[in-house]
Amino acid sequence: MRHTKVVTLEEAIVKSGLKDGMTISFHHHFRGGDKVVNLVVAKLAEMGFKNLHLAASSLSDVHAPLIDHIKNGVITKISTSGLRGELANEISHGLLKEPVVFRSHGGRGSAIASGELHIDVAFLGASSCDELGNASGCPRSENAKSICGSLGYALPDAKYADHVVILTDDLVAYPNVPKSISACDVESVVVVDSVGDSSKISSGAIRDSKNPRDILLAKQAAKVIINSGYFKEGFSIQTGTGGASLAAVKYIRESMIEKGIHASFALGGITAHMVKLHEEGLIGRLIDVQSFDKVAAESIAKDQLHQEVSAVEYASADHVGSAVHALDIVILSALEVDVNFNVNVLVGSDGIIRGAIGGHPDTAEDSALSIIVCPLLRGRIPCVVPKVTTLITPGKGVDVVVTEYGIAVNPARPEIAERLKAAGLKVVDIHELAAKARSIIGEPDALPFGDKVVGIVMDRHGKVLDEIRNIVD
Amino acid sequence: MMFVPGNNPGMMADAHIYGPDSIMLDLEDSVTMAEKDAARLLVHNALKSIDFGGTEMVVRINPLNTPYGKKDVEAVVKAGVDVIRMPKTETADEVRELEAEIIKVETELGCVGRTLIMAAIESALGVVNAYEIATASKRMMGIALGAEDYSANLKTQRTPGGAELLLARESIVVAARAAGIACFDTVYSNLDDMETFRKEVELIKTLGFDGKSIINPRQIEVVNEVFAPSQKDIDKALRIIAAIKEAQAKGSGVIAVNGKMVDRPVVIRAERTVALAIASGILDKEEAL
Repeated sequence: MRHTKVVTLEEAIVKSGLKDGMTISFHHHFRGGDKVVNLVVAKLAEMGFKNLHLAASSLSDVHAPLIDHIKNGVITKISTSGLRGELANEISHGLLKEPVVFRSHGGRGSAIASGELHIDVAFLGASSCDELGNASGCPRSENAKSICGSLGYALPDAKYADHVVILTDDLVAYPNVPKSISACDVESVVVVDSVGDSSKISSGAIRDSKNPRDILLAKQAAKVIINSGYFKEGFSIQTGTGGASLAAVKYIRESMIEKGIHASFALGGITAHMVKLHEEGLIGRLIDVQSFDKVAAESIAKDQLHQEVSAVEYASADHVGSAVHALDIVILSALEVDVNFNVNVLVGSDGIIRGAIGGHPDTAEDSALSIIVCPLLRGRIPCVVPKVTTLITPGKGVDVVVTEYGIAVNPARPEIAERLKAAGLKVVDIHELAAKARSIIGEPDALPFGDKVVGIVMDRHGKVLDEIRNIVD
Repeated sequence: MMFVPGNNPGMMADAHIYGPDSIMLDLEDSVTMAEKDAARLLVHNALKSIDFGGTEMVVRINPLNTPYGKKDVEAVVKAGVDVIRMPKTETADEVRELEAEIIKVETELGCVGRTLIMAAIESALGVVNAYEIATASKRMMGIALGAEDYSANLKTQRTPGGAELLLARESIVVAARAAGIACFDTVYSNLDDMETFRKEVELIKTLGFDGKSIINPRQIEVVNEVFAPSQKDIDKALRIIAAIKEAQAKGSGVIAVNGKMVDRPVVIRAERTVALAIASGILDKEEAL
């Protein structure tokens, strides 16, 4: 090879022209097994960088080492879709001077494309990459060890960042095709021991939930879909990865076979369940922004009809071509739903950040039918409440809420309520559900929020939707 | 009838959402000695404060010859339980002793006669005395088999086919029918083997049981499916009941449906089919009337 972009991490950073105060970005396709963020930020700290803005597609428990880098002034600002674990806990207590900016996946894609979120240097982990920077989430050699499938959330970064560094633990011969990220967008390639812990990147085979409440919720959600009026030949669907969502797919599948109905496509985070339906001929295409498990990652590597999409193509509000505009049905979860159908998926009932916006508001708003599946109670925590702690998905985009105590339909969709009632489903007023929760749990104390804003929630159109205040112990 | 440990508030609060016909809160085997008092208090308050949505509420108390039994009776009768399940019942006298305890508490409350009794038969002696137990009190609503203790008492063990339980099961059904009360089969505890569970439910339905005790909501669907009558049976039963009503209106004693004479056992079976269809949720109550 006459040209090679392979350099050390330090050389890549120097070459990128990164300066104090600039924005660096990461993707979260390695999920709980990610090693890239911690590795790169540790190197930046060692090199003496300060005051950086870390813009990740999401952050999780594994990123607790960022706490020290925040205390040392290496990172002073964060943009992300989600935060979990000790980092989230510290930030909720006021660790960062500047509030974290939270965006949905579609909102982040749009913000990067429009330049509102300008990325100076993107550090993107890849499961395989050649010396020129053609990168993929799929395995291309026997040495592949950190496989994630789709690199959908990294694609806007690769396309719009000023400078792109690929980190890989499997450098393969040129040309690494089919590629997710093109060498034309990449400036440097860094070979590292490991970009992720494969056991924490994805689970193995399908595991059906045995939790009776999940099964009950799943059956109800499946009945809602089947009787909604949208369950017909050529429909499209997206589901989450919670136990109830996955179990619902099983019951929908049975009904699809029984009635001879086929879906045109499944969208979003793709799971083994969706791959199975696709391989059985029940779902025509898989549009994959994130491969959630090993089966999905293997499928995208070999199946022409299982296609990767970028976060922009997936869920951007501004792009006519984004897939959510064509989505019929989405099943989503929630930490809280309120009587106006507003949903919170980010901040726990203790006021501490413990989740991710993900594609929730994107898919809820654009789909023809959005179904929130959540238990009325989680232990002693009510999930249907008078007002959500933090507004993430406005109620106007939410059509049906399925709980184990009954199904509530947004009054803006009376035709759906009528269809569900006609099918014999227990449709109740959402105020009744909130009252039922209160009657069992009682009135919770108000959360001890302080005056400091620790998080700003942007809506998918780029406007401020809500703010999160610090929690005081 | 779904068993729920009486020391688990989360499970108690949730139990009725899965739609069992009855819920049995347990103070006996699923509660350790150290937790007996706490569980009694918990069950008492659960019965008083949780809206179980009209589900029949049963509590399994500790035997009366333990330090807990009488306290259990007092706590659950005061909380308004529908049925007390007495474990390890061997003689009719034990039922009468329980009845006396219930009457004591009910008299104090001014509501004598409200609480019903179910006796669990869990030994060879209990099986031999099944009819006496079933007829020991007007409060007796049913008898049930407890197979673990019974098979231990027989000096054998449980098998997937259940050959060791056959005599006990048949004796309990016969005793219950002779006494005119209900009978319930024992639990099946391997949740990962739904196939064997289904076979067992099919067997006990054939033997004549009214229902099955279960330990997990996932078992409800199988029991309902097995016990639910077919649409053909329901339609036939509805036709018979309609014909009976018509005949009664005309004052005619003998009726025929589809050219066949309908006698008393046929009518009883038709009524039972309709009741089962309503209980299984496949027939609307109003539709049946």
